[in-house]
Amino acid sequence: MASTLTLNVNGRTHKLSVDDREMPLLYALRNDLGLQGPHFGCGLEQCGACTVHINGKAVRSCRFPVGKAAGAKILTLEGLGTPKKLHPLQAAFIEEQAVQCGYCINGMIMQAKELLDSNKRPSEAQIKQALANNLCRCGTHLRIVRAIKRASEMMA
Amino acid sequence: MLMEKISRREFLKTSGALVVTFPLAHPLAEAADKGKPAPAKTVALDQVDGFIAIDSRGRVTVYSGKVDLGTGVHTALAQIAAEELSVPLEKVEVVQGDTALTPDQGITWGSLSIQAGGMQIRQACATAREALLAQGAEKLGVSRSGVYAKDGRVMVLGSEKGVSYGQLVGGKNFQMKVDAKAPLKPPSAYTIVGQPVKRFEIPDIVTGRFTYMHDFKVKGMLHARVVRPAAMKANLLSVDDSAAKKVPDYVATVRKGNFLAMVAKNEWAAIRCADGVKAQWSDWQGLPDKAKLWDYVRQTKVVSDEVFQKVGDSGAAMKTGARMLTATYDFAIHTHGSQGPSCAIADYKNGKLTVWTASQATHLLRTQLANMLGIKADDVRCIYLAGSGCYGRNGHEDAAADAALLAREIGKPVRVQWSRADEHGWDPKGPPTLLEHRAALDASGNVVAWESMVYIPNRPKGFEVTLIAADLAGLPKDTAFPGNIHQSLAIPYAFPNIKATARWLAETPFKPSWIRTPGRMQNTYANECFMDECATAAGVDPLEYRRRNLKDPRGLELLDRLARLANWTPRKGPAKASGDIVKGRGVSYIKYELVRTYVGAVVDVEVNRKTGKVRVERVYMAHDCGQIINPDGIKNQLEGGVVQTVSRTLIEDLKFDRSRVTSLDWKSYPILTFPDVPDVVLDLIDRPTERPWGVGEPGTAVVPSAISNAIYDAVGIRMRSVPFTADKVLAALKTA
Repeated sequence: MASTLTLNVNGRTHKLSVDDREMPLLYALRNDLGLQGPHFGCGLEQCGACTVHINGKAVRSCRFPVGKAAGAKILTLEGLGTPKKLHPLQAAFIEEQAVQCGYCINGMIMQAKELLDSNKRPSEAQIKQALANNLCRCGTHLRIVRAIKRASEMMA
Repeated sequence: MLMEKISRREFLKTSGALVVTFPLAHPLAEAADKGKPAPAKTVALDQVDGFIAIDSRGRVTVYSGKVDLGTGVHTALAQIAAEELSVPLEKVEVVQGDTALTPDQGITWGSLSIQAGGMQIRQACATAREALLAQGAEKLGVSRSGVYAKDGRVMVLGSEKGVSYGQLVGGKNFQMKVDAKAPLKPPSAYTIVGQPVKRFEIPDIVTGRFTYMHDFKVKGMLHARVVRPAAMKANLLSVDDSAAKKVPDYVATVRKGNFLAMVAKNEWAAIRCADGVKAQWSDWQGLPDKAKLWDYVRQTKVVSDEVFQKVGDSGAAMKTGARMLTATYDFAIHTHGSQGPSCAIADYKNGKLTVWTASQATHLLRTQLANMLGIKADDVRCIYLAGSGCYGRNGHEDAAADAALLAREIGKPVRVQWSRADEHGWDPKGPPTLLEHRAALDASGNVVAWESMVYIPNRPKGFEVTLIAADLAGLPKDTAFPGNIHQSLAIPYAFPNIKATARWLAETPFKPSWIRTPGRMQNTYANECFMDECATAAGVDPLEYRRRNLKDPRGLELLDRLARLANWTPRKGPAKASGDIVKGRGVSYIKYELVRTYVGAVVDVEVNRKTGKVRVERVYMAHDCGQIINPDGIKNQLEGGVVQTVSRTLIEDLKFDRSRVTSLDWKSYPILTFPDVPDVVLDLIDRPTERPWGVGEPGTAVVPSAISNAIYDAVGIRMRSVPFTADKVLAALKTA
């Protein structure tokens, strides 16, 4: 039975009708709201490509039921900044060219944002630890670490 | 005023939901937007119009059959074209891998996008520039020698007078053949090639505005999930879809032979339908016992032995040595492990098929899909959209075949998204590779005879890897070809007697395809480990031993620079260090396929004697690929290649039982994560006046052997079986 729920995403309210409140939030964001930041990588909370923030915390949207997200404040990569008004993390990723195929980068930036929210000047080891559950198959890790370091300096 | 470069995203905004892949300014855009077949544009490899078009505003569109798989070649190809045409970089747009628009420049593989594809584009641009100069001179009323090209204009020497390319050729065809003799711009005049230009896509990627294959939508499309057999070659006995049919938005169950797919109006419904369908499969247990994989490989029926390098008479010389060395190396089966499982959309209307795909081989895919569906290749159009990195033939083509088959069955556009288990379980794999080496050394430690043999699946005619959908549905299919995996078995060293043989096998357990540095990685691993074993036997520093046996000045220069970069000091055999953690360093060298890119690596490792865990601390790499197009692009590729190959070398190993792949997620098939990533220190040797060679593969080829050699340097054991897991290292330490 379809039900209506309200999602607050990137500061805007969306009403949508869902058949299954257990549907992962990722599908609502991508298919109902047309967002392209969060990606489907595994559906198992193992890789991080789908990461969004819910009430300020980095969450794997591939398993988070959409029903539980209703009413919460959801932030996606699109809401972080735009090409014209970049968030320092996005600017730093461009500056360091910290992308190969880029499919995982959504998760890298959203996870890094959670880190920088609580630790403004993380060490290299702390950055690596914070991203230990985010996978990158292209091997862009070194650039990603440099970009996060640069962002923390830009934000200081 | 010049038009700003239209990013794909901005284009999407202006073109609505249906997305096309060429610039808005292009006349073909409108046709595709309405789903009409594109008007004919030549895709001939010998025509300038095959590769470039210039519109009335002077904007250049480059048509590249090679595609950017996350490697940066999109930007690099634009640099090459802008440079050779003398137009500002922001006026160049690149259309990639659209069979209706781009010439068939071959599969995007083998690190050939710049070396081969880029040079075809460069020559077409040089031809066009010469034609524009001649035409411009005529229009300006001066002699040909009185004009030059600058910023998209033909200018009169010593004057402000000029005419723009747009005025000369805008919107019209060149209608001329690519002139192989058209003069190339001298590298001394380069302002764009050789610069670390930032990649075009990155601002959109980091702000969530880039459209990957996975993000692409076609109006009215349905969603499908394929239900894979429970055992690799099991037959589908029965299907009970009664529960799936109750899922809202269920559309259809498609069963064709052993091909089973669930189609729904939305993606989540398709997943629920696939979860809900009950399929009965026959038992099948045709895979070899993994515990005895190498016995299986050794006992596989041999089709033929083929010698790829023969110097002197190794058989006779082998008997004359003072010492004989033998070693056997094996290299595990790896999955591509793309971060995004494969995805494709197909639309079949009026006997014509359009497929949107992240395939690295759209032109080949086109003929494969045509064969599968029994239609003409002319009635198939494959359009490339960037996907998740693939590093060789992953599931992209198979997802396209799934979508094509379903689109024809359903009569509506269908999007197929693979699951993580689909990708880990069903992408074609790099075949298991076994190598046997032997050498005879004289009393002074010089190699007098070197022989190698690699056991690899046979190369049938043709370049196709079978499409899974064709296989399962019992449709016509092509034969499998795992790539030129005998390459780089031949060695760069000047030994008096050498024989390098490929032993072609009649079968291999999994559908074989190329995965980054196919064959060259395995062959180089064994060659360069064995080289180290010879150096040890000779009592000579391993870097010095390589130097002694190299005659190639470019190779020697590379090794010198590598030694300086890594601050190499002669190795004196395994350190007698105390404590649990022991450090070591190893070296490796390659001239790729003996004809191109030179690479050397020094690797520093830490081996934990208690746990067996190997940690790669740092990788130094010297790299000479001739002319550098974009130095930052090269660094990005090398860093990534090193990290990925450290992962493959230390921990990756496909798991399977007698029926199927069992490592179906990232827990059962782990890859290297941030805390274990090594530092990478690079020295790029730029040779602007040489031709450019490939980058993505060669840098990875040297990594496994350098790690193995470093482990020996640390703890005195030879790791001859990739991956070097903690268990294997510990076992070797115990028996040492």
